[in-house]
Amino acid sequence: MNNLNSMPELPILNDQPTGRRSFLKACGATLGLAAWATALRPLTEWTEDLNVDEFLQKHYRELTADQKQAVFKRLEAETKENYGADVHITDSQPIPGVQFAYALNLSICIGCRKCAEACHIENNHDRTTNNSYIRVFEMQMGGIDFEKGNATYDHPVPQPGKFYMPVQCQQCENPPCVTACPIEATWQEDDGIVVVDYNWCIGCRYCEAACPYHARRFNWEKPEIPAEEINPQQGYLSNRIRPQGVMEKCTFCLHRTREGRMPACLEACPTGARVFGNVLDPDSEIRWVIENKRTFVLKEELGTKPRFYYFFDE
Amino acid sequence: MTSTPAAAAAPGIQRDAIRSYPGFLWKALGVATNGTWLFYGWMTLLTAIALVGANAWAVQVRDGMIVTNMSDHVSWGLYIANFTFCVGLAAGGVMMVIPAYLYDDEEMHGLVIIGEAVAVAAIIMSTLSVVVDLGRPDRFWHLIPGIGKFNWPMSMLTWDIIVLNGYLVINLHIVGYLLYMKYLGRKPNPNWYVPFVFLSIIWAISIHTVTAFLYCGLGGRPFWNTSLLAPRFLASAFVSGPAFILLVLRVLRMTTGWQWSPRPAQTLIQIIRVAMSINLLMLASELFTLFYTGSGHAAAARYLFFGSHGANGLVAWIWTAIALNLIGTVLFFQPAALERSWLRIAACLCCIVGIWIEKGMGLVIPGFIPSTLHEVVEYAPSMTEWKITTGILAFGLLVLTLLVKLIAAVELKQISQPKGSGTTEAQA
Ligand code: SF4
Ligand code: SF4
Repeated sequence: MNNLNSMPELPILNDQPTGRRSFLKACGATLGLAAWATALRPLTEWTEDLNVDEFLQKHYRELTADQKQAVFKRLEAETKENYGADVHITDSQPIPGVQFAYALNLSICIGCRKCAEACHIENNHDRTTNNSYIRVFEMQMGGIDFEKGNATYDHPVPQPGKFYMPVQCQQCENPPCVTACPIEATWQEDDGIVVVDYNWCIGCRYCEAACPYHARRFNWEKPEIPAEEINPQQGYLSNRIRPQGVMEKCTFCLHRTREGRMPACLEACPTGARVFGNVLDPDSEIRWVIENKRTFVLKEELGTKPRFYYFFDE
Repeated sequence: MTSTPAAAAAPGIQRDAIRSYPGFLWKALGVATNGTWLFYGWMTLLTAIALVGANAWAVQVRDGMIVTNMSDHVSWGLYIANFTFCVGLAAGGVMMVIPAYLYDDEEMHGLVIIGEAVAVAAIIMSTLSVVVDLGRPDRFWHLIPGIGKFNWPMSMLTWDIIVLNGYLVINLHIVGYLLYMKYLGRKPNPNWYVPFVFLSIIWAISIHTVTAFLYCGLGGRPFWNTSLLAPRFLASAFVSGPAFILLVLRVLRMTTGWQWSPRPAQTLIQIIRVAMSINLLMLASELFTLFYTGSGHAAAARYLFFGSHGANGLVAWIWTAIALNLIGTVLFFQPAALERSWLRIAACLCCIVGIWIEKGMGLVIPGFIPSTLHEVVEYAPSMTEWKITTGILAFGLLVLTLLVKLIAAVELKQISQPKGSGTTEAQA
């Protein structure tokens, strides 16, 4: 016991085993720990809202049918608890033999932003930021130059000398956002729609940097929507209320379009500028537009192969 | 009993090495908690700053990234800027290693470990910078290969995670091994570390190259989409890294009794002179291409250097950086820089701050302004972002201080394996 030589030195108490210094150090260490605990306290307030099931939830594409049902039930209950709304979460699957595409007639778009507004409501966007997946640009006649465009115009439309260009996710056939994601939280479905698993995304925003069309939106804070304004028909991969801190984007309203309906933005358009459908169907209107109009896509040189076409009437 | 011939009793020695390890850790803890009042003051200051940062981060996680000034237009900010700089610092740490091993500069061998320690601290800072940038840090495990879903080899970010962690492990191994052998008073076995040293040289290049690919692989961001980005990253890393090591060496020489000749520092300065000249040359070439052709690609550069549409948030930053880099370069080319002068310190500080801006804010933010649809939305870091970033820097310096203090203590034989204690106990 008393053989000090064979015992390791006690460095903290090195010089004077009961000295003032070691006492001060012990106080310092205690204070230090307490300070860290206090500094990190907001984390515990945050984790109160989380639960183990959510934490351990697997990637969407690895969930079995039963697990999916359990997840949807949990999300519905959480929406009830957090937002006070009864919602129904569905899981529409891609229809075999269907590839969606969109086209927009720039000659008749009047820049009324009804599409952006419909998107806002349909997709349960945060009310305070007035978020929408669609940005409408007021462009200068004489070219298609975004540098002369303006997305924050606030005057009656249409203005003389201007035309209007709504931009949303182009559902690229070769999507750089999907390549960028480090954890496959975003991917392309068989019908061409690029989706995000909001329960898998870690919120690194690399996809947002990678997208050439400013199509992605991040949930900088928890979305706020009054219960009575919530759209209760929700898709897991589309318009359900997104959690804080994850990425989201336009999904061509897959909870509607995969059920045979039209996207909300198309239904809202008062001029009929929007054309949507299955390009693989030879009789579809979208097919007719692509085959008979001089269409173009944005930033063709990037090789992203958008499925969103623009055209002008003669 | 105690003087067993080493060759004959290799397994015994190995056993001793393992047995002595707890003692080593214990004494290392002693070194970490004992020091002058200056040391205590410094550590308390760093801890306090780190605490402020930790608190700001906890609030950010709770309330959402809305407390930053980032937006859907400028979706990366100060965190990723700082990340980029720290990766460069880590890569630059290896600039001690290259002359020491490739050119077999004996004296630098002893100091290599300082470069590795800087690399370790810098990697920790870059990793933290990414973690605080995540909207959902609770889902961090999704990034772990095997458990999560690792989009490798497609996503450049997964490459970056691999090379950064690999670099951390390699450097920890080299530092730990050399230090422990010195503590035991034994000659390190080259088989155990020289291969790793060479690996770390290649790896250092890879971490900064991959980090550059993170940006230049994005076709939608013309400002980043240039093949010159990776070489420019490397050139500037080989300035900021050595410059930072020079500062660490100066502090070390002033606060401990460790002495060495002026030669290692002079070698570093030669490296800085070459690397900085190459860096400035590449910058000039890039600016020429951008501005002379005057294509749409120049929009971000125009915003960065001159402002556009009345928005000029980065103009002051970038000209400060250019001024500091030029002054630093001129200072480094003065003969006095080769002596242990204050001019050298000034030169180091100029280049470090200059590159921090140029490779940080000056690189990341213009990638987003104008946005991909040519909207100009400006960005300046919020108070939260400053607190968190400073907290990370303080934490990195804290780690570095402890590492360097331990290295110095072992080097100066303030702690060492008590003679023969291992074997005596084994026999008793
Ligand atoms: S437009 Fe952007 S978000 Fe949409 S698929 Fe293309 S890259 Fe991805
Ligand atoms: S923000 Fe989410 S979806 Fe986007 S790259 Fe990061 S993890 Fe993937």
